[in-house]
Amino acid sequence: METMAIGRAINAGLRAAMDRDPRVLLMGEDIGALGGVFRVTDGLQKDFGEDRVIDTPLAEAGIVGTAIGMALRGYRPVCEMQFNGFVFPAFNQITTQLAKLRARSRGRLSVPVVLRIPSGGGIGSVEHHSESPEVLFAHTAGLRVVAPSTPHDAYWMVQQSIASADPVLFLEPERRYWQKGEVDTDLGPGQVTPLHRARVLRPGTDATLVAYGPTTQLALDAAAAAAQDGTELEVVDLRSISPLDVDTVAESVRRTGRLVTVSEAPTFHGPMAELAARIQESCFYSLEAPVKRVGGWHLPYPVARVEEHYLPSVDRVLDAVEQSLAA
Amino acid sequence: MTDTAVGPVRAHAQQPAPRRQEMVQLLDEHGVRHHDPEHDVDLSPAELRGLYREMVLMRRLDSEAEALQRKGQLGLWAGSRGQEASQVGAGRAVRRQDQLFPSYRDHGALLARGVDPLHVLSLFRGVDHGGWDPVEVGVHPYTLVIAAQMLPAVGYAMGVQRDGAVGTGDPDRDTAAIAFFGDGATSQGEAAEALNWASVFNAPVVFFCQNNQWAISEPVSRQSPVPLHRRAEGAGMPGVLVDGNDVLAVLSVVRSALDRARGGGGPTFVESFTFRMGAHTTSDDPTRYRLAAEVDAWREKDPIDRLRTYLTAEGELDEEFETALAAESEAFAVRLREGVPALQDPAPASMFDHAYAEPHPQVLAERDEFLAAWEQQDADAHAAAHGGTR
Ligand SMILES: Cc1ncc(C[n+]2csc(CCOP(=O)(O)OP(=O)(O)O)c2C)c(N)n1
Repeated sequence: METMAIGRAINAGLRAAMDRDPRVLLMGEDIGALGGVFRVTDGLQKDFGEDRVIDTPLAEAGIVGTAIGMALRGYRPVCEMQFNGFVFPAFNQITTQLAKLRARSRGRLSVPVVLRIPSGGGIGSVEHHSESPEVLFAHTAGLRVVAPSTPHDAYWMVQQSIASADPVLFLEPERRYWQKGEVDTDLGPGQVTPLHRARVLRPGTDATLVAYGPTTQLALDAAAAAAQDGTELEVVDLRSISPLDVDTVAESVRRTGRLVTVSEAPTFHGPMAELAARIQESCFYSLEAPVKRVGGWHLPYPVARVEEHYLPSVDRVLDAVEQSLAA
Repeated sequence: MTDTAVGPVRAHAQQPAPRRQEMVQLLDEHGVRHHDPEHDVDLSPAELRGLYREMVLMRRLDSEAEALQRKGQLGLWAGSRGQEASQVGAGRAVRRQDQLFPSYRDHGALLARGVDPLHVLSLFRGVDHGGWDPVEVGVHPYTLVIAAQMLPAVGYAMGVQRDGAVGTGDPDRDTAAIAFFGDGATSQGEAAEALNWASVFNAPVVFFCQNNQWAISEPVSRQSPVPLHRRAEGAGMPGVLVDGNDVLAVLSVVRSALDRARGGGGPTFVESFTFRMGAHTTSDDPTRYRLAAEVDAWREKDPIDRLRTYLTAEGELDEEFETALAAESEAFAVRLREGVPALQDPAPASMFDHAYAEPHPQVLAERDEFLAAWEQQDADAHAAAHGGTR
């Protein structure tokens, strides 16, 4: 067991993947000498050289487009998008090329590209640094979208993503980069939770809270607060948005009878809408109350001084729980 | 679309402008004035002092903003120290009716345009996305997405064409757009599209590239194997290289590029060769990627020093002026220091105000939900303050 922050754990995971497989290479803006704006790739260029840790021109479509080409030549590129809002110049490459090449070639072509995207807000930044673009990509068939919330998952999930034969969007919880936790780096095959499996992080009986990425810690905080009032909330970390492990959530909901979802992404047409719909399909007779969703508003991400009112808070989560329990 | 709508757009033939390889310079780093047969300016001593004053105030804005950020009063600051001549020169070349499309570091151009610096700072404090009125001051909102302003600038210029405000010969009517961007921005696909598009449509737009040598940690050699102004060739427009630390040369070159655009001559690409003296932003650490020797070498080319040297040698900068400017600069700093903490946070519910121009039921419902929760919290806080519990 080692204690590290999430950013550091991703760095260690990248290093392990690069050590293991010489075809793994990193691409992005400022990821070399600077180590990335969040320092996630710190030290990697020094150790692996400029040909494997590539400082690219400032061109997101270029990064994704060339990574696709390299993947077609057998490399496993891991691209860093500097901030979430800057993935959009690459949107065309991601949705029309990266996601579709396998289907278009009837499985002949594989594009095992990983896109690391700092995701969500809460760092007091300027526009286009705080978006949660996951639903746009989750809705695009051909892509996998995952979001670790703990250092342990960050370390292992980045390696699993690189090992995946599919393109994976790896959403890093930007405001939790510095959050520390234990990482077990010695697990063998079969001991690591599969990439797309949700996980119960805290058992409870009165209602289920589901979250992923940056809001997982929030859900845990809310559960801790509710416990002081004698309400026992179960917390499930989705870990993957596409595919979605509905079974794990459904099992939990059958026990608790109630579901409250928490995401930073806007609720309107958001990722949790899909989960809510599926839970209503599969758990209709176990539900004691309608599924409640807490999330971002349907707005351009607001300026930093009011973002706390945009982001879900413990209070907003507890209010939703209260409404669920009252129903 | 009718033929008449397209008519005026096509009417202006592209005028091949001479290609220049060398860098236009009118005031060298020793403060010595040079003359250029093609690019020159004739400014009165008062006008020269005006440029000097604006650069001094711009540098003061930079140091005050940096200090405010350190004190936690600003979330972030993108400094522009070293780029004063580029921004003030280009900003001064723009006419009232022209529209400026900046990036996020072009504070000097905004000052030259009369934008209240507190409006710039309010963006970096996180109070708004820039408090100025883009229509009134002719400055598009700052954008944080690299190169994203370039295509809108071209489109604006195409609108100008369609309005018949090009090549009429009326200096108050003929209009141009100018896009500001960095060396890194030239790598974006959108930058290539913007250049090509502008050229194809002969749009009245000037591309003003401040090559400050670095895009965060990446040197310009990582953006382009050829000098940036030569990108213009491929797009079919003149590319001019200008000493970006020479306010006279920048003013002259940008002024003639804008004149050419307004007259119907089409777009020009200007590469202003300069240097960012400070960090990329207050969150950056340039010592990780840049040698002190490089910074020191550029310090010798300081844009403010050289104009001061020149004006002093000409006997046009007396102590009285310097003293008055120092006092003005101090008062300016005080206004910023006092003004920033006094900037009001927006009312939280105001974030719902401008998402859509017409009512959107989803957003209205969410605003009601937000307000109800907000009022409840207020009531709870009030109750708690008076001994009640929730
Ligand atoms: C599309 C996009 N990608 C990445 C970034 C992150 N980023 C912000 S500034 C910057 C460097 C910009 O360099 P340059 O264009 O030379 O302008 P400068 O900051 O030097 O004025 C980067 C990579 C961004 N803002 N937008």
